[in-house]
Formats: sequence, structure tokens, C-alpha cells
Amino acid sequence: MKKESWKELTIGTINLDAGNSVKNLTGTWRSGRKPQFIKEKCIQCFFCWLYCPHFAIMVKDEEVKGINYDYCTGCGICSVECPPKEKAIVMVEEKIELAEGSKK
Amino acid sequence: MSTLKTLNGNQTIAEAVRQIDPDVMAAYPITPSTAIVETIAQFRADGLISGEFVCPESEHSAMSVCIGAASAGGRVMTATASQGLALMWEMLYIAAGLRLPIVAAIANRSLSAPINIHGDHSDTMGARDSGWIQIYSENCQEAYDNFMQAFRIAEHLEVRTPVLVGLDGFIISHSMEVIQVEDDQKVKEFIGEYKPVYPLLDPERKMTVGPIDFTDYYFEHKRNQLEGIENAPPVIEAVGKEFGQKFGREYEFFEEYRMDDAEVCIVVMSSAAGTCKDAVDELREEGKRVGLLKPRIFRPFPYQKIAEALKKVRAVAVLDRCSSPGAFGAPLFTEIRSALYDYDQRPKIVNYVYGLGGRDIMIEHFKQVAAKLERITETGKVDEIYGYLNLRE
Repeated sequence: MKKESWKELTIGTINLDAGNSVKNLTGTWRSGRKPQFIKEKCIQCFFCWLYCPHFAIMVKDEEVKGINYDYCTGCGICSVECPPKEKAIVMVEEKIELAEGSKK
Repeated sequence: MSTLKTLNGNQTIAEAVRQIDPDVMAAYPITPSTAIVETIAQFRADGLISGEFVCPESEHSAMSVCIGAASAGGRVMTATASQGLALMWEMLYIAAGLRLPIVAAIANRSLSAPINIHGDHSDTMGARDSGWIQIYSENCQEAYDNFMQAFRIAEHLEVRTPVLVGLDGFIISHSMEVIQVEDDQKVKEFIGEYKPVYPLLDPERKMTVGPIDFTDYYFEHKRNQLEGIENAPPVIEAVGKEFGQKFGREYEFFEEYRMDDAEVCIVVMSSAAGTCKDAVDELREEGKRVGLLKPRIFRPFPYQKIAEALKKVRAVAVLDRCSSPGAFGAPLFTEIRSALYDYDQRPKIVNYVYGLGGRDIMIEHFKQVAAKLERITETGKVDEIYGYLNLRE
């Protein structure tokens, strides 16, 4: 994404591109673990959807369908809030792919 | 029709506020600016002004209300002093960063500790890097005139930067003076209608004000902010001229007093410049070629114009009503000394700190300064570069 020069910015830090946070893929913040959604166990209580700070719980036709990893930061709140009897969301390890230059 | 009225500095500011009638006024009373706030409150209670008057629980909140109201699209003002300005600190930077044309009247007062309610410039000089334009006044008339011009400068589309107007605590804020109060209608015409840029109360336009910037945007936004204050000089000049055409009192970046053939010069701001004029007159009668330069605009600092005015004299004494602990001289001195650096032919220069906590400065003290400048021109040596006036050693 091309970033503006200081001359191209709107006066007074104003951002006229409302809703542009969708361009910020917060999923890149995950570091080593991610939530896994187990569809069969889900009772559709929507607690995960309610508590997710990044709107990363995917809902379609009034049903939780899974997790949008473009935005999920791996904070784990959803798995904590998921009712203990069901545990339809569990945190699992995620292998991090390092950028080419950082490999030894 | 303009009328002569006997008012003190605080009342002149309140009188200007009555004539301008901003949309929102938010202030928390603090000595010596209290009378500005209480007079405005009285005007509001008497139905003489229609703007909202908000009295929040602190100066931090007062400036926050100003920022909110200005973001919403209103013409906004406040008044404070000393610890009040200090408590506004973080919000001052936000007002400037958001490019909100808020106008503040500051009855200049010292900062604690030790606690003291009298006049010096420690408060506004401490805020000199907050991004606000700073104008200093010599007397009640100038406070009234500067306060009016402040709105025009702040609201200019190329500037859109907050402005503070300083008037020395007690010496101006509480001293009665006969001032020319201009006609209400003429003042309204001069001030004009306020047109906000990107007001928040605009349902047709969705936007965010003051979002977070990380390492990728903060620097660009700060550079963008500087444009406002850098665009200010021609606007300040034009507004000062227009004010002169309309009301007969023209204003420039600084005032030169008996500088035409001056050999030495005293630089001093605000109320002390009035006393200095008398000292210069007496010294002139003694045959000494002394002049005065009184800066009016401190931010943006008119460094080129001041250097041009001072390069021709042989010695300069810069008087600061504030100290800058650990720095090489007080604020006005460092600015002027730095401004003269590029000139091959430049005067010798010394710095005096005076009047902290409202300590008097009299004609005799200016004469001490003039005597020192005379010694420098005779010997070509500065010796002590930094001194204090009217301090018990």
C-alpha cells in the first residue's frame, strides 16, 4: 500500500477514508498460537463473537462459521469465553514463517 | 463608534469576547486571569452573549472542552494562567496537532515552586514548543487589539493554528487603563464569519479525528502540522495592517523605539517595554544613543526581521522574564543570538533575567543595562554574558 507524503495528508490528522481499518490486517500480529474452531461442538452462544476485539469471528446466516485469520491476532479471548463444557474453540500452536531475510 | 473606557486587562479581554461572541467558551478560573472568566460568565448571565459558557472541573478539562467544541466546528476561546496553563499541557499539543484555531488569553504568571501569583513569562515560555502561535501585549489596549487579531490569524485557512495572547499578570491584568473600545459592529465585521474545515457535526461526511499514528505516519503528520505556523508570518503582517486601516492602530512583528540612530539596544517584551521606553527617553536626554526593540510575536519567531533590525547596533541586551534552567540563556536570548549567527557583522549580546514572580523592574534597572552596554562598546569585551536584574546578591 502506497503511503502518502506529508504534503498529501489532510490537515489536522483528519482521516476522511472512514472504515479504512479493514486494510489493516491485524492477523499479522499473531505470534505462535491461533484459535481453532470445532464446528461440531459449537452451541451458537455467540460469546466468542461478542468478545473478539478484532471482529474476527465469521458469522453467516446467523451462525458462527469460523475464524477470519486475516484479522485474528491470536489473543485467545474467544477460547477463554467459549463455555467450558463445549470448548468449541481451542488454542493451537502455529508455525511462524519467517521472512526470507531473517532465516539463518 | 469607538468609545473610551476605563478597564483593566482582564476586562478588556472580556469586552473583546462580548463583541466577538464565540460559540463556546470553556475556562476554569485561576489568578490572575479569574476576572476574564467571571466577567464572561456575567455577560452570559445577563444575556449579552449567546455562546455556550462551560465551567469544567479543571484547566485540563477546559482545554479538552475547547478541543471537542472546535472539532465540532465552533469558534472557541479560553483564558488561564500559570499552573492552569501547565495543567492544560498535553491538551495544548493536541489542539495544535489537530490544527484547531482556538484562542486563549493568558494572564502571564510565574510557576510554582515556590508558589507565587505574580507576573512573569514562565508559563507561556514553557509552552513555546506546543505549536501555538504566541503574541505578547505591552498594555491593556494591546491586549484588546491582539486578542481580536488572534482570531483572524488562527482562523486563516492557510494557518488554522491555535493562538495565545499574553498579558502580564497583575501589571496588565489588574491595572486600569483608558482604552479605546471599538464599535461592536465594526469588530464583528473585522472578525468575520467563522467557517470550520472538516467539522465533526457534518452527517454527510464520515471521518476520524485524531487517530493513532505509528512509526509509519506520525512523522508526516507532524511535518504537515508545521505548515500552519510556517504560513503564519504573512497572515500576521496582513492582519496587523488591516487592523491599522480599520481602527487606526497598526501592528507588526515587533516595535522599534528610537532605534534609527541607536548604538545599543535593549530587547524586552510585554509591560516592561513601557517602562523601558521612559528609560530610553531619559538616556537619550543624557546623550546616550539607546534604542528599544519590543518583540510582539514570539511564535513563529521573526528571526530574520529581528536580526535585520539588530545587526546595525554595536551591543544588545536581551531581557527575559523567565529562566531556562541549564540552557545557554533564557528563551528570547537564545532565539536572538541564534538569529544573528549568520551575519558577519553582528552586535555583542548579553542576557538578563528580570522580574521573576512579579519583581519590579524600574527605570534605574534599564539604566544599569544601558551602562553595561556602554562598557561593552567601549572595551569591546562582554565579560559576564548572563546576569540578573534587581536580585539581592
